[in-house]
Amino acid sequence: MTATRQPPATRPAPPPPASVYPTPASRPAGEERNPGTPLDLDAVLALRVNRSAVERRAATIPTRRTVKKEWQAAWLLRAITCMDLTTLQGDDTPGNVVRLCAKARRPLRPDLIDALGVGHLDITVGAVCVYHALVPAAVRALAGSGIPVAAVSTGFPAGLNPFEERIHEIGASVAAGAREIDIVITRAHVLTGHWEALYDEVRAFRQACGAAHMKVILATGELATLTNVARASMVAMMAGADFIKTSTGKEPVNAVLPVGVVMTRMIREYEGRTGAAVGFKPAGGIRRAKQALDWLILMKEELGDRWLRPALFRLGASALLTDIERQLEHFVTGRYSAAYRHPMV
Amino acid sequence: MTTVAKLFETMDYGPAPESAAPALAWIQQHGGGQLGHYIGGGWMAPAEGQYFDTINPATTAVLARVAQGGKADVAAAVAAARAAAPGWAALAPHARARYLYALAREVQRHSRLLAVLESLDNGKPIRETRDLDIPLVARHFYHHAGWAQLIATEFAGYEPVGVVGQIVPWNFPLLMVAWKVAPALAAGNTIIMKPAEFTPLTALCFAELTHEVGLPPGVFNVVTGDGTTGKHLVEHPDVNKIAFTGSTEVGRIIRKATAGTGKKLTLELGGKSPFIVFDDADLDSVVEGVVDAIWFNQGQVCCAGSRLLVHEGIADRLTQKLRARMEKLRVGSPLDKAVDMGAIVAPVQLERIRGLVEKGVEEGAKMWQPSWACPTEGYFYPPTLFTDVSPAATIAQVEIFGPVLVSMTFRTPKEAVELANNTPYGLAASIWTENINLALDVAPQLKAGVVWVNCTNLFDAASGFGGYRESGFGREGGREGMYEYLKADWDHGPRSTEQVAPSRKPVSEPARTAPSSVLPPIDRTYKLFIGGKQVRPDQGYTRKILGADGRVLGEVGEGNRKDIRNAVEAAHAGEGWGRVSGHGRAQILYYIAENLAIRADEYATRIAALTGGGSDAAQREVAAAIARLFTYAAWADKWDGAVHHTPIRGVTLAMNEPVGVLGVVAPEECPLLGFVSLVAPAIAVGNTVIAVPSEAHPLAATEFCTVLETSDVPDGVVNVVTGAKDALAQVLADHDDVDGVWYCGGAAGAKAVELASAANMKRTWVATRPRDWLDPRQGEGREFLRHASEVKNIWIPYGE
Repeated sequence: MTATRQPPATRPAPPPPASVYPTPASRPAGEERNPGTPLDLDAVLALRVNRSAVERRAATIPTRRTVKKEWQAAWLLRAITCMDLTTLQGDDTPGNVVRLCAKARRPLRPDLIDALGVGHLDITVGAVCVYHALVPAAVRALAGSGIPVAAVSTGFPAGLNPFEERIHEIGASVAAGAREIDIVITRAHVLTGHWEALYDEVRAFRQACGAAHMKVILATGELATLTNVARASMVAMMAGADFIKTSTGKEPVNAVLPVGVVMTRMIREYEGRTGAAVGFKPAGGIRRAKQALDWLILMKEELGDRWLRPALFRLGASALLTDIERQLEHFVTGRYSAAYRHPMV
Repeated sequence: MTTVAKLFETMDYGPAPESAAPALAWIQQHGGGQLGHYIGGGWMAPAEGQYFDTINPATTAVLARVAQGGKADVAAAVAAARAAAPGWAALAPHARARYLYALAREVQRHSRLLAVLESLDNGKPIRETRDLDIPLVARHFYHHAGWAQLIATEFAGYEPVGVVGQIVPWNFPLLMVAWKVAPALAAGNTIIMKPAEFTPLTALCFAELTHEVGLPPGVFNVVTGDGTTGKHLVEHPDVNKIAFTGSTEVGRIIRKATAGTGKKLTLELGGKSPFIVFDDADLDSVVEGVVDAIWFNQGQVCCAGSRLLVHEGIADRLTQKLRARMEKLRVGSPLDKAVDMGAIVAPVQLERIRGLVEKGVEEGAKMWQPSWACPTEGYFYPPTLFTDVSPAATIAQVEIFGPVLVSMTFRTPKEAVELANNTPYGLAASIWTENINLALDVAPQLKAGVVWVNCTNLFDAASGFGGYRESGFGREGGREGMYEYLKADWDHGPRSTEQVAPSRKPVSEPARTAPSSVLPPIDRTYKLFIGGKQVRPDQGYTRKILGADGRVLGEVGEGNRKDIRNAVEAAHAGEGWGRVSGHGRAQILYYIAENLAIRADEYATRIAALTGGGSDAAQREVAAAIARLFTYAAWADKWDGAVHHTPIRGVTLAMNEPVGVLGVVAPEECPLLGFVSLVAPAIAVGNTVIAVPSEAHPLAATEFCTVLETSDVPDGVVNVVTGAKDALAQVLADHDDVDGVWYCGGAAGAKAVELASAANMKRTWVATRPRDWLDPRQGEGREFLRHASEVKNIWIPYGE
């Protein structure tokens, strides 16, 4: 049985084919958007994940590979360009968001840029990620930088607001200038096995996003099992996710490597079935440069070099940047650095 | 463009070298790079002054010169170990526990030195030595510090074997040292260690650590050298046990060399382990499992999952995934922290791998290797995958001992099991499925000492490791491993000098000249008992059985090799016995006892007539035989396995399985009790047996067949072949479809059985000292049940 779902009449129609969408600036040429596919329930239900085996694989991601010296410096710079520099606090104000945006434009001290000889690379972060209310401030602060603003949406973080409100919220953020929308799914659909409902929901969100890129936050810490993570990943991609993202940062367990192993394998599986490359964004709890390297290694090993670019990889983080700056200063000077030596995020 | 900017674009991996300097310095600090033996607590130059090079296989550079152990060196080491043995054995268990604990800590303190030294000498990646080998070494000493502490209570009635010679391979040089040394020391033995010729350095470094922790001189000795050194050790008369890990070929030589010497022996040999993938497995995890199975340690792993058995419906998908993964493997300098595979240990091994791969291609299998090239300096070989392999292909049969995987397909679980077991080996197996019913159904059907469910190559000190069939015998690790270094504390004194057939001259019966008023006895023919039936011997000859007074008591069939052949086939046909519940087997054993009891007087009379030992003794023997049957009826549903405490989220089940088809050659003394004492434990555990009764007094056993017939014993479970005991024992020992032979008899017969067993590496248990069968301590119990069983360790990680 292959369930090819037509969305219910009350729901928006499926989005038009990918070519209809304009390619946003953040998407380099050559990366087509994922147009999505009909829901293939057989394929979703056939997915198998062995948790213990996945955990063993995850445990050796950081031990089988490492990068040192110039390689490490280059990889850390790459991590910066893939960073969704994020603030998602109840006390966010235009003031701290503007400061964050300034850091997004100039994530590294100029003397370090010079010492590394990477001035011409114009290193910036991948995006700035904020709540809807802060989108206008961020858009203004980033004007001319080419750095997109991402808005968390659809009743972030729990995603339990009325459906129409969630659709509306996406539209409002896009209208305010957000070029990327990080949506949250209804975890209940996963926990109760209502895959059609999940598909329809994500499909509708994608429709509402229009030209804005959609990152689907699975909130894996609330999905109970890795099998659920795999299935939710696959359904989200079938429904047209541009990225799948681990966490809101508000769940008890956020971005951890076993979940990353499962999600990246699903991206590979989906690409093998459809040819469409979907991006991956781990978020929550990534604070150390070493962790950023581990995630990059995971991408390189499970998906390949194509997924080491911001078009297909983002790290959701805030404090991470400071640790990367410290490591880069150590590379340049040979001295261990202190956080206060770097402009605060 | 600066380097950083360029690397920012390429996102390549760079070099991540671990420094070799401290390890090289350690070598130089020892005789300027020329290392002697470690004997009696100090370094000793070889008596013959010979040294050989040990090289770094990744660079071909000479690392050190190492002593070539000669006969005198081995003798010196054995003498040192012998001198140290009484003191070490007499030490309080807690004191031995402290030494083992100290060794564990010492290994951890020097873990990086050991890891680098191992990587240099062997060529395996530093990641593996750092994250697997050395931590497992420390773990092994911690675990066995515990056994040392508990030995008086947990192994009451046992004592150390004495002086043990241990010969370890080059694939896990220090880990194999630990697996052998830790239980041997915990049990109170002293040791002569012979490390592999290619990789002697970590064993010598470890010797220094034993010195640092103050292990008494002579308790642990190292003699380095090649195969001849090992031969001297194996043949040394004052060694009580040999423990060997290595090739089946050398294992066979050692089995033969120790045959008849009374030396205890454990062998951990080769394998061609199946890696079974069912169609509901997590295939991406399967791929990583394969990496851990066959590209771990360059595939130089005795339990490597080298035969990939895949459900036909998913084979192409899995092959594609495997090839993609192989493209991403990194082969290079073993000291680089970011490589998956290092160097092959030596040119001879590299040539062997190349030769077998060529053979595989010649025989028509499809060979695939990744597109990247291996380093050209040093001995490297790329990961290799064969598809379209038939079970008859050389590469499907022979242990390649390299990074070469052969893949075959199956249609059904039954066929998967058949393919898996279609090998002379039986070391390990791996099963991949998300269906617990399937996994737990298949695991017991596999002829393998270790079964990993949805995992592979997991090891721990708490779990036994060792093989079935030609993968050797004995277990290392866990409680089962401790017994390999212990013996019963009554087991002293001279070895058996029993004569098989006491010479008796028949007396001529007076001719019956006149018809007697008394009716003559009804003529009785004792046949062989095969497949539940009384059958005439193949050749149609019988032999006269004389009583103690020299009169003919009856004639029994003269069994020959064809009768044994038929009995073995009947025993295989009866193997369903192994699947009968313990309760079911107990019921049969009780019933045998019940039926024997009914005829107790008759049996006593017959035994008295046979042996001439008097009627009291005969009655005691029959009573003891009935009690013995009760003992094993009692055990039948209590010979439990265990759940080992291994460091996984899951269970490691140690299951007692029957050995299979056992040849049982009964002692001459106690013709009924001796027979029952061997047959009863064998069948209680679920084996089927071919029993050869006492040669001189077989009538007790042949008559016993009529008891078996009336006791609902299924056909083929017990088969009895009478005749010339040693000749029949020889046929049993030579039979490749017999899984084990127990022999009670003379020294020559015992030696012949052990010699012949080398052909298929069947388990043998020969009585080297006479037992008091009437004493339950000697005549029954766990020792018998252990010999009747194989322990299979099944690793089952769980978690959804």
